[in-house]
Amino acid sequence: MVSFLGATGRFALEQIAAMGRLFSFLMSAIFLAFRRPAKFYLIIHHIKTIGVDSLSVVALSGFFTGMVMGFQGYYSLRKFNAESWLGSATALGLLRELGPVLSAFMVTGRTGSAMAAELGTMRATEQIDALDSMAINPIKYLVSPRIIASLLAMPLLTAIFDVIGIFGSYIVGVNLLGVSSGSFFAGMENSIVFHDVYSGFVKSISFGLIITWICCYKGFYAPPMASGVSQATTESVVLSFVLILVWDYFLTSIML
Amino acid sequence: MIQVTNLRKGFRGQQVLKGVNLEFASGKITTIVGTSGCGKTVLLRHLNALLRPDDGAVLIDGVDIAKLAQKELYEMRSKFGVLFQGAALLDSMTVYDNVAFPLREKTQSTESEIKKKVEDRLDQVGLGAMGGKFPAELSGGMKKRAGLARALIMDPEIMLFDEPTTGLDPILATSIHQLIARTHATFGFTGVLVSHTIPQVFDISDYVAMLANGVIEEVSAPKSFCASQNPVVQQFIQGKTEGPIHVL
Repeated sequence: MVSFLGATGRFALEQIAAMGRLFSFLMSAIFLAFRRPAKFYLIIHHIKTIGVDSLSVVALSGFFTGMVMGFQGYYSLRKFNAESWLGSATALGLLRELGPVLSAFMVTGRTGSAMAAELGTMRATEQIDALDSMAINPIKYLVSPRIIASLLAMPLLTAIFDVIGIFGSYIVGVNLLGVSSGSFFAGMENSIVFHDVYSGFVKSISFGLIITWICCYKGFYAPPMASGVSQATTESVVLSFVLILVWDYFLTSIML
Repeated sequence: MIQVTNLRKGFRGQQVLKGVNLEFASGKITTIVGTSGCGKTVLLRHLNALLRPDDGAVLIDGVDIAKLAQKELYEMRSKFGVLFQGAALLDSMTVYDNVAFPLREKTQSTESEIKKKVEDRLDQVGLGAMGGKFPAELSGGMKKRAGLARALIMDPEIMLFDEPTTGLDPILATSIHQLIARTHATFGFTGVLVSHTIPQVFDISDYVAMLANGVIEEVSAPKSFCASQNPVVQQFIQGKTEGPIHVL
């Protein structure tokens, strides 16, 4: 009984310590992002890896998501003789919810996992220790630029996802299912307000932060061995997905 | 002067260093020898505070390095150059950029000044023509040379070498030892070298320290070290499995 309590207490303490380390890692990265000298060339490099390199997968998934929404929306709205609201329903769903969440999932899979694997490998091959021993703060050099880059790239990727998704829905709704083009856009124009765009924008920024934070943390503190790197990569993707969905719930309830 | 006093360090209940006391003479090369897994690298990583002691202290010119705040610690680390076991070159950069990296990050030098210094260092380690290669394109020995060039680029007062010849053939190992001796003669740094390449490493060492069972068993000049009657030293030198050093 005593040993069970001891093990439980030890486990609880370890979890609390891990959470403390996770938050202090984020605070350090944000604090160091504002310390001079600024690493503009690294920020631009990571905007390319997070943003430009994820563009094709985000565009493709946005297009097919929009087309599926076109079919499903048409099927549901037809029951109420409200097919003309297809554009409005699709745009609201994409702008407020699916755009930020799905593009965040795509970036997690495409770039977040790569971040965790890269930093994990750098840990295993002593490159992070080498930076530290050269008196170069590894968090400032490796993590802060990635965080800034993700804050800039994620809203843009989400916006592209939204636009291409609406285009996909338009093709299915108007060209395949016969919804009028005028009513598709008129419904959208009447029902979309700035708050819908704004809430999607806030979500995409916060998801960008979550992805970079979790994936960099997992890679940075990966056990220095091959299995440690693979474990860190898996954990970073799974934890990012879960946190994105949990945070999405809270943001949605606040910003509804 | 580096002084290690009563240094203790354990990991997950296993005590690796059990009270290490050792002084490293300025301007000399001290080699720490010992069996694999005895804690040589752990001791080395305490010298520039990559690891923090559970107890005891590492004093650099009288300053306890583990107690320094981040800014002061980084100033102190600027005195060090480190050659890691696997060279730890940044694999996204060419050899040239790796060697230039500390200069670009830590100094206000112009690119032409950086170019001159980097080319000098690469020539000194025999990699003058390899600046454009990536670490993945280099052999083990070349990586160590590139790592040494990077470690020397800031003209460090103290150089730490973590098993610089591990994984190299005897000829290459000798060439790395000669390179260390040559650069030591040129730059005059205080060298701390972790190795179990004996007796070859004795040729470049001013002092040899034997770490065994978590403590320093012997410190002396190479000749005296070899002649030591300490059974731990004799077991290690002769490579015997029977003796005071516990072998699995």
